[in-house]
Amino acid sequence: MKLWELTKLIRSKNAGPFELTFDVIFKDREGYEKVRDAKLISAEWFAKTYRLTPEVVSIINYDAANAIKITIPRPTISGDIDDTDVYGGQQHGPLVDVDVP
Amino acid sequence: MKEIRILSATGILGSGFREETMKRAMALKPDFIGADSGSTDPGPHYLGSGDTLFSDSAYKRDLRLMLIAARSAKIPVIVGSACTSGSDSQLARLVRIARDIAREEKLSFRLAAIHSEQNKEYLKRKLHEGKIRPLANAPHLDDEVIDRSAHIVGMAGIEPFVEALENGAEVVLAGRSSDTSIFSAMPTMRGINPATVWHAAKILECGAACVVQRKYPDCNFAIVRDDHFIVEPPNPDYRCDPDSVASHNLYENATPYELIEPSGVLNTYSARYEAISDRAVKVSGSTFKPAKRYTIKLEGAELAGYQAIIVGSVRDPIILRQFDSWLSGLMSAAKDRIAAVFGAGVEDKHKLDVRVFGKNATMGRLEPETSIGHEVGLLFQATADTQELATAIMKSVSHIAVHYPVPEWTGLITSIAYPYSPAEIPRGATYRFNMNHVVEPGTPLEMFRVEYEQVGG
Repeated sequence: MKLWELTKLIRSKNAGPFELTFDVIFKDREGYEKVRDAKLISAEWFAKTYRLTPEVVSIINYDAANAIKITIPRPTISGDIDDTDVYGGQQHGPLVDVDVP
Repeated sequence: MKEIRILSATGILGSGFREETMKRAMALKPDFIGADSGSTDPGPHYLGSGDTLFSDSAYKRDLRLMLIAARSAKIPVIVGSACTSGSDSQLARLVRIARDIAREEKLSFRLAAIHSEQNKEYLKRKLHEGKIRPLANAPHLDDEVIDRSAHIVGMAGIEPFVEALENGAEVVLAGRSSDTSIFSAMPTMRGINPATVWHAAKILECGAACVVQRKYPDCNFAIVRDDHFIVEPPNPDYRCDPDSVASHNLYENATPYELIEPSGVLNTYSARYEAISDRAVKVSGSTFKPAKRYTIKLEGAELAGYQAIIVGSVRDPIILRQFDSWLSGLMSAAKDRIAAVFGAGVEDKHKLDVRVFGKNATMGRLEPETSIGHEVGLLFQATADTQELATAIMKSVSHIAVHYPVPEWTGLITSIAYPYSPAEIPRGATYRFNMNHVVEPGTPLEMFRVEYEQVGG
């Protein structure tokens, strides 16, 4: 199964011009707890995918909304010459199809 | 029971709301109408240039309905982060629009304009005193960065709003301010528990964004009491549920549990979200911890150069089969031609880039999937010290690119489809955000000048 099948929303977005944040909001408690407890979303995976060191990846479990939030330093400052995505809204693609055993 | 009723007109002034929804919301007897008018989301252009995200017509449409409703009910209108970045010229623009509306609608009110643009000498002094410190991932800050900034704004807390309202302002238009301060000032003046106030403000500041499915921008409404608030969208087609309200804390924040304000930190760790109908949610249980040191966040933007771009696409399968080598050959030929035309030293005066749509235009170097389909889009981009140079460079690049060969085809080929004539498009000045810092002011008011005027009547 792919991660998106358990969720109602996977999105990326600026958290200000210098940070990029990802929200994985699950359909229900069961899917959320399964992914949360198996630590399928890890600092190591983000570090590899977004070419960072794991230490700068913040992962927060948000029980109130059955959601996992990941925040990383923005690869480039929003709107800078080499930025590709001013709002940061289309950086979540690789997360969508993460395998959930 | 002590309470305050808040109407949030929309998530960002100029994006709109339904006139019918505002009428319904006014029947709920709000104590004030608030709206945020800014964001750093659309990028550094707006702070750098003074341009606005929406047109004057769009701001006027929204502000007109808010002012008419508020003057009729004799309640304040509070707008923050005027016209995108809340710089002085953008604030002046919104003030002008308010005056025009007052004249056209025969309204009169006492107006306060809160200025958020910062004095560079003041900031340099604060920097030398060690009263400015970086936030996450901040770029280097020194006197030169401050000097070369086109504009620097401070993000106001509630204090300048409170000052304006205490001085009798009926309409408060502010430069850059925290989205939540717009909605927290009046409830704080009424003495309501700050934890409830700030949490309600966070939910309201995006208008109807916290509903289950936001199909279009619209108003939102909350009743805020000491120990809880109730949010219920005034549009009957919208509904909130505990998930949708709790989820809103995730939006464009690094953490859903903490909201950092100049005067303290809202913590929602122990917040409870309860459905009290199929459309309304009761929220309680957050805490607010006052800050040891009062801080104001700074935003700055500086000129990064001038740009010209070319948009084109490639469909020839022979070219696409060797796309990477074709494109790198093209870029190298373009660089040679630029050096030949503009002479030695031109490489220090410009930067030439290409974005490949259909391959990695969205994620750039981070893209893990790099196969291409039956066509790709190309966006060439020159950034130079002057617009003249950027555009001139693109005139040469355009010709190199449109005829760049592949070994399989003999004769002259035309290798790119250009949708426009001319192919090169001047894009004007481009800016860069250059600050992610907070400053410790001597008082919460010293960075924000409040001006008053009687409008109309």
